[in-house]
Amino acid sequence: MLVKDIKDLLKAREIYIADENIYEKNYEHGFATDLMSDALALLKDETEDVLLISGLSNVQSLRTAEVLDLETVLLVRGKPIDTHMAEMAKDLHINLFQTDLTMFQVCGLLYEKGMR
Amino acid sequence: MKKVYQVEKDNYEDAGKASTDIKRTLKTLGIERKVLKAVAIACYEAEINIVIHSDGGTVTFEIDDDDGLIRLSFDDIGPGIEDLELAQTPGYSTASPKARSLGFGAGMGLVNMKSVASSFDIRSSKEGTHIYMTFQ
Repeated sequence: MLVKDIKDLLKAREIYIADENIYEKNYEHGFATDLMSDALALLKDETEDVLLISGLSNVQSLRTAEVLDLETVLLVRGKPIDTHMAEMAKDLHINLFQTDLTMFQVCGLLYEKGMR
Repeated sequence: MKKVYQVEKDNYEDAGKASTDIKRTLKTLGIERKVLKAVAIACYEAEINIVIHSDGGTVTFEIDDDDGLIRLSFDDIGPGIEDLELAQTPGYSTASPKARSLGFGAGMGLVNMKSVASSFDIRSSKEGTHIYMTFQ
């Protein structure tokens, strides 16, 4: 699914865009978690890029994405985010979006559209 | 090449800085992606452990100019791990509610480190915990 379609579907907001071409990127897989060690454990052997979906609105979700070579992070539940997050996303070159939908709603909608 | 990083107790904001810097350094040296990722994962987990569980410590990164062997050492100043075997059980964690609320404490840290490193050694006493890993 294209990032531009994901953004529209989830009514997501841009927090930081590291690469303008990101909207044309196609994600077939997503991984949703609030536990960063789970992401590290389960995505360590993943060779393709995965959309990281998290309710963890602090800089560690970005650090985890950076460690795993993931380009895009989607924050759910519309919680206030750390003031340093946009700055950190820029430093780590990660595209960061936020939606007000819950993680359950986000996963359901993306799954319905074919993402796994 | 050798680099040493200080890691502060309870400083969640900076946790992961060493792993980011080490990954960048390795990238400039042309190290393959798979190795970069393994080093970054192991370093991040170990760094987070120092922040969460210890009174502070250091991360030491070295790469051998001749054979390219990457060495990571993590040395903290205590209070140590009571039961090392239990600590290496998947899912076992003694992380505080604060650490858990920040996304840590899944009990996979040591397990993840062991699974990505070429070699892994851990020693612990009340004076501190020392982890040594290599990657090739």
